[in-house]
Amino acid sequence: MADYHWPPADKRFLIGKSFNRVDGPAKSSGRAKYSYDISRPGMLHGKMVFSPHAHAKVKSIDTAAAERMPGVRAVLIMFEPGKEVLWAGQEIVAVAADTEEQARDAARAVKIQYEVLPHLVGDVTPEKAGAGHIEAGSEVKEGDPDAAMKSAEVTIEGTYGAGVITHCCMEAHGQVTEWDGDKLTMWASTQNVTGIAGEMSKALSVPAADVESITQYMGGGFGSKFGADPWGPACAQLSKKAGRPVKMMLERDQELIEAGARPSIHAHVKAAANKDGTLLAWESESWGTSGPHAGGNPPVPYVMRAPNRRTRHTAVLTNIGPGRAWRAPNHPQSCVITMGALDDLAAAIPMDPLDFFLKNLEHTGPRAREYREELLKAAEMIDWKKKWRPRGTKDPGPVQRGLGLSIHTWGGGGHQSNANCTIHPDGSVDISIGSQDLGTGTRTIIALVAGETFGLPISAITVNIGDSHFPPSGASGGSTTVGGVSSSTRHAATNALNELFAKVAPHLDAKPEELEAAEGEVRVAADPGRAITWNQACAKLGATPISAAGQRSLDLISSGVGGAQMAEVTVDTETGIVRIEEIVAVQDCGLVLNRKTAESQVFGALIMGVTYALFEEKLMDEQTGRCLNPDMEFYKLAGLPDIGKFRVHMMTGPGYDDRGVIGLGEPPVVSPGAAISNAVANAIGVRVPTIPITPAKVLAALETAPSARRA
Amino acid sequence: MSDNREDRRPPGGASPPECSEPAETAESKGFSRRAFLKGAGVAVSAGVMVTEGLLDTATAAADSSAAGPGPVPITLRINGKSHSLQVEPRVTLLDALRDHLDITGAKKVCDRGTCGACTVMLDGKAVYSCSVLAIAAQPHEITTIEGLATDGELSPVSQAFVQHDAQQCGFCTPGFVMAATAFLKQHPDPSYEEVTTGLGGNLCRCGTYMGIREAALDAAKRIRAGRA
Repeated sequence: MADYHWPPADKRFLIGKSFNRVDGPAKSSGRAKYSYDISRPGMLHGKMVFSPHAHAKVKSIDTAAAERMPGVRAVLIMFEPGKEVLWAGQEIVAVAADTEEQARDAARAVKIQYEVLPHLVGDVTPEKAGAGHIEAGSEVKEGDPDAAMKSAEVTIEGTYGAGVITHCCMEAHGQVTEWDGDKLTMWASTQNVTGIAGEMSKALSVPAADVESITQYMGGGFGSKFGADPWGPACAQLSKKAGRPVKMMLERDQELIEAGARPSIHAHVKAAANKDGTLLAWESESWGTSGPHAGGNPPVPYVMRAPNRRTRHTAVLTNIGPGRAWRAPNHPQSCVITMGALDDLAAAIPMDPLDFFLKNLEHTGPRAREYREELLKAAEMIDWKKKWRPRGTKDPGPVQRGLGLSIHTWGGGGHQSNANCTIHPDGSVDISIGSQDLGTGTRTIIALVAGETFGLPISAITVNIGDSHFPPSGASGGSTTVGGVSSSTRHAATNALNELFAKVAPHLDAKPEELEAAEGEVRVAADPGRAITWNQACAKLGATPISAAGQRSLDLISSGVGGAQMAEVTVDTETGIVRIEEIVAVQDCGLVLNRKTAESQVFGALIMGVTYALFEEKLMDEQTGRCLNPDMEFYKLAGLPDIGKFRVHMMTGPGYDDRGVIGLGEPPVVSPGAAISNAVANAIGVRVPTIPITPAKVLAALETAPSARRA
Repeated sequence: MSDNREDRRPPGGASPPECSEPAETAESKGFSRRAFLKGAGVAVSAGVMVTEGLLDTATAAADSSAAGPGPVPITLRINGKSHSLQVEPRVTLLDALRDHLDITGAKKVCDRGTCGACTVMLDGKAVYSCSVLAIAAQPHEITTIEGLATDGELSPVSQAFVQHDAQQCGFCTPGFVMAATAFLKQHPDPSYEEVTTGLGGNLCRCGTYMGIREAALDAAKRIRAGRA
């Protein structure tokens, strides 16, 4: 009888090793069809008309001219006159035409009149925003911050923060929709193939069973692609009106303006310690904008929480596009604020920040032991003790070198997931789950877990995902997919295997509970010579395959990880340019299933981290209320020449593996901003208070530090 | 806006004539990304084909007769086959491939010559197909990623991308594979630094650059071994 628990280390033959992703060949040969690539017979192209004003009332909409344009088949008003636009980029009208060019022409011919209202688009403090634009949170107090501040031997005070950035998915948001009578098929670029079908059904008042959502491949989401969005139902309505399939993907400017925004978070911080490095107190007033609606309280102070503290967060409501979850929502910003202030506190003592963090690990909660191991490992990898010098130690010449560190956490866990496993009489095996692969390697780990269960190679397993007609599975968010689908797959596969054992046992003259599946055979565990091949075993099924279901199982997964990262940078104090020399990342995530794709997640997170630490910023124009850089020339992503040397170490083995599977997508993207910011401060002797750390900000910071001023 | 980033070059380090030179030489000739973009932008808005920054001067001059604005018949040689289609003169090569011929390996991302996801080869040189008009591509042999595999077997570059996990969501991958393929034609034995610079004209959001760099170096070895 097969047991569904993860096998012990000496019995694993796939888990924890490195495998190529199963859809790698399709992706690297261009054969993979993304939602953006779907073409249907008679398909039209949809384009939308957007409000140019950040705050306005729609007075009238005239689509007559657009409807007469060549090739136009349907026009849809998405935002009725009388309603109030809350950001520049709000979609007002959608059109569908034979070609993309015709649709774009028609969109330009729509006439909309607005009553323009005052707007606020600046990433400003609550005081500057004014009473009508804030939602003040309540004060949270722990211990006695006043007494602790008063008694402390060292205190620091400063402002830290991170501005608004966007998701900038390579594949824009959007979808293709097609009706067959009253049944709708939708190919959307989504992180939520099961859930989006339900959302469409609700928005269009169509029975849920009549909506099928398909996403075989999707080009990046990072938290911005959970919902159908206004363009999903609009596309389906255009299809209905025109009686033809419609493809409507956002153009790049709209993708950056509306379809992605990580809220800003800033904080004024006071922190206190004793000269021996004992962390005593924290006070912060934080604020930030998530567009027209409040974005939730950030976890400040982050991970290392002083025993005496007082915090309060105020949401600033602005007329920028609405915030969306961005890989580890609120964590990178909170990390920059907290680790920056603690690093400044260590410098003020003065103390090596590594010693300061090691001394205060008791304030990190239940994973202090893991953080210690991870910090020490990272320090060894980057040779911290040899390389670190007190803040602002000068090298001859304009280029200064520095080291910084940061620690982070994330939950993980597993979302609800249902899997179905079929063993066919010809020996083939398939697993079906209504999940999706965002590029994290979900397909591959499903095949890996099934292969591990059956003693078969990964290539023997067919994985069916990306369709809402498969058993329901959760949205891919919060690093919950791997926990959900690995445990549902393991259960479904084990249940199917036990059915197979029941059929095969008489042929091996054994009881089902005496059998095991390993090395391509079904055999008696205690007497492996009594065996038949996998295919022979499956042939005993006759004509009927085995079909078994499985669900997410909490005893195969868990939640809560830690990681430590250290960065070495050089800063040219004449130009303000920061270069990443090296980043080392040490990360735990429980039981690692596929080492290759796990490491890719961490490498990718470091690169995304360098990008938001140094380059990314959604710039808004105070005068017009519009985004100034909705393109990829001026909304800057790091390229190959911009990254440094990266090394990754995964914490595995006893104490880690036995926690079960935990998600990894989010945690490693949290620390790079803070580690880089701290390394820059170490190099130039002064804090650049906000990310991205642009050359202009570096030069401005240098001007404020007389001791570090350029010669 | 000040810029922290390295100066970037078009994909494969190969599209404009200047870029077929080693990086140092391109630099010393004063070629810059900004000048390249400016050149391309001016030519398109003036209604001519494309600047000599993208195609050679003779081609641009020969094809600059007025056409359109309605659809015109064109013939494109793609992956060794001829395709006849009707497109408006303003249609880019990228849109012609994707919308009219259902050849979708080249991806539309920035749609203005920044990210390289739409990279194809014209006569063996990498170009951003979003910045070439379809009608201007007629005299050229167009190679898309669909044309790299032989008898269903992945090209050495595609194989190396799989082996080194140089892809996550994979949306930028075809562009990178094309840029790397063109780059390796010009630089069959590149250094680590040459790969870093030569593939600097493509962007990835998931952060697969570590794998891409390893894949390009490994593919160079695979190709050299195949020739030997």
